[in-house]
Amino acid sequence: MAAIPLFYNLRNLKVRKTTTIMTALGIALTVAVLLGIWALVQGLQSSLAVTGDPLHLLVMRQGSTSELVSIVTDEKFQALRRLEGIARLDGEPMVSNEVVTVVTLPLRGDPTQEGNINLRGLAPMGIKMRDVRIAEGRWFEEGKREIVVGRGLHAIRAGTEIGDKIEFGRGAWEVVGIFDAGKSAFNSEVWAPGALATSDLGRGATRSSVLVKAEDAVAAQALLNRVSDDQRLMLEAKSERAYYEAQMTSAMPVWTLGIFVSAIMAIGSCFAAMNTMYTAVARRNREIGVLQMLGFSRWSILVSFVFESLLLSLLGGIIGCLLVLPLNGVDTRMGNFVTFSETTFQFEVGLKTMAIGIAFAAFLGVVGGVLPARMASRKDILSSLRDL
Amino acid sequence: MFKYIPLTFRNLLRNRRRTILTVLSVMISLFLLSLLFTVYTAFYHRERPPEQARRLITRHKVSLTHVIPEYYGSRIEAISGVEGVMVQNWFGGIYIDDRPEHMFARFAVEADKLFDIYTEWTIPPEQLEAFLRDRQGVAVGKSIASQNNLTLGQRITIKGDIYPVDLELTVRAIFEGRDDTVTFFHRKYLEEGLPEGYKGNVGIFVIQAATTDDVPRIAREVDEMFRNAPQPTKTESAAAFELAFVNQLGNIKLFLLSIAGAVVFTILLVSGNTVAMSVRERIREIGVLKTLGFTSSVVLSMIIVEAIAMALLGGVLGVALCFAVTQAMRNVMVSFFSGFVMPLWGVPLCLAAAALIGLLSSVIPATIASRTQITEALRHTG
Repeated sequence: MAAIPLFYNLRNLKVRKTTTIMTALGIALTVAVLLGIWALVQGLQSSLAVTGDPLHLLVMRQGSTSELVSIVTDEKFQALRRLEGIARLDGEPMVSNEVVTVVTLPLRGDPTQEGNINLRGLAPMGIKMRDVRIAEGRWFEEGKREIVVGRGLHAIRAGTEIGDKIEFGRGAWEVVGIFDAGKSAFNSEVWAPGALATSDLGRGATRSSVLVKAEDAVAAQALLNRVSDDQRLMLEAKSERAYYEAQMTSAMPVWTLGIFVSAIMAIGSCFAAMNTMYTAVARRNREIGVLQMLGFSRWSILVSFVFESLLLSLLGGIIGCLLVLPLNGVDTRMGNFVTFSETTFQFEVGLKTMAIGIAFAAFLGVVGGVLPARMASRKDILSSLRDL
Repeated sequence: MFKYIPLTFRNLLRNRRRTILTVLSVMISLFLLSLLFTVYTAFYHRERPPEQARRLITRHKVSLTHVIPEYYGSRIEAISGVEGVMVQNWFGGIYIDDRPEHMFARFAVEADKLFDIYTEWTIPPEQLEAFLRDRQGVAVGKSIASQNNLTLGQRITIKGDIYPVDLELTVRAIFEGRDDTVTFFHRKYLEEGLPEGYKGNVGIFVIQAATTDDVPRIAREVDEMFRNAPQPTKTESAAAFELAFVNQLGNIKLFLLSIAGAVVFTILLVSGNTVAMSVRERIREIGVLKTLGFTSSVVLSMIIVEAIAMALLGGVLGVALCFAVTQAMRNVMVSFFSGFVMPLWGVPLCLAAAALIGLLSSVIPATIASRTQITEALRHTG
């Protein structure tokens, strides 16, 4: 059974170029909307996925859903420091007690829009435990009202330039540096010296959470059980990774809306593709008759028309991908339901995203093309040829 | 003019499949557009009861997570033009589990002031009395009550997360009105169970001003009063306070507008394409019409009217679908979607958009068709 050459379909699309381009553009926009939202969610996902070290445990008060509402006294912190299986750096246990609060900062370009920002007070050990480096300026000095801001936060929020001051606690804190935490969610935070921040916030020596680094994976599991089972501590340890991964729930509303909108637009685009293909079939009545006469089977005619629809939608898919490509790496933000503050991250348009866009377009093309192609393949030779 | 209407109508019916497909695709796009419109108005142009225009919210200047001392209340009350001040603390907590219908707002308030401040809600007097009498009473918004099948006298337990206490409450009142998707209980009861250090803290003060004109002045005066206090404040209108929550979600405005833009553009392409196809198919026929004496302008307007009729039909269906879907969404999860109501003034706006799309998509192909020379048109083999 011979197949109708692909060239036939390409030529046909070219002949009707206005219709082809308009239909393809409709599909392109549908793909672009899906991919835009995909890139947003993917960006947040890959930021949260790399936040935290697999050997890190985050210790909070029992029942606390976030660091913000957790409380850990200094006494409990000292007890945690003495536990077995904690990794050491220069003889010191790798344990960091941290205070977390929220401050508001205005948006760059629109100072009326304030957003909640996570502020973390921590000691030098806390910085050493994380994969961060200073990008501009310097780290804060202990005992001074100095802060450093994450690179993502700096890109989005105003008042974060070196030399700017942020008011909280008992005074104004000067920004002395901008730090780079790679893709991680720490990029959306403000960091301050822990002891001074804690006393400034009127919390005595009581912090919010404790970060612990275990010697190895086995020790991490043992430590996790040890802390959570200790009735006197009333604390709960979870893997730092898991804590951040769970924050993906924040993307659910955008994701749901995105899928919903894309699905609806997809239905619309399918109708458009169907319309175009039905017209194509109707206009080529005689041609189809000729094809049948030349010995092409009904099946090859069906395949050929589905293929034409597929080509049309693939063109749309490629244009759609090109439309969202400039989004890649653009800084953006999303409210985080767990931390009650915003997470800054970058849109991510990778190969995987684009592959999904092309696949989505192809799906639209095939679905839209099947019915018209079926009609084409079922035409009666004689009446087709008689058609004007 | 009207004598051409039957002909236009017949034209719509002759390629039924195409007409249906086009109407459906316009319908779907308009549905999406009116849905986005609904979301946008819910976030940014929510209709507010007039009482709310006189309402202000005072919080800690640094952020909502910082608390302010209780005694600020009596100082705010002394400002001229302030009719009432009430403490309102977000309790959070967990009711049964984290299923969506169990996640509704729970506030600790000064119960005796509650319904003097929130005058937009109605509550049966005997229920109000019962609520005020019972320290462990809770007043539940009607939407929340019906969603969770809560009835008067029912006991509910709220597990604390921000506060280290669990609440044992009894439903004493069910109030109703706009956005009745919240619950309130006595702050006195909460304070009793709290450890030292948690007591006497206030999340927000809700201030009722005497007139709308007083609002900006009161906001300034409150913040000025506590500017140099250890806990400085930020006071803003209730509307601005709510908007801050929307802005916190992310760049929702840009998000909605860009999707809406893509949708409008897509419908333009789709319907423009269809009209162009049906016109091209009919060029010979247009030639015949012209030989019969139809003028170019009649041909032009017939094609345009046909396109507008098709787009309008799609628009009406789309807007109707939007009403049905938002109603269904509110039924499923009232606490989240309560504001998702398509404003009536949006209906003509969406229909006008549909008509405009019909017009724009048909003008070019119709002009080309009406200008085609008769001989040229008759030779056309479609």
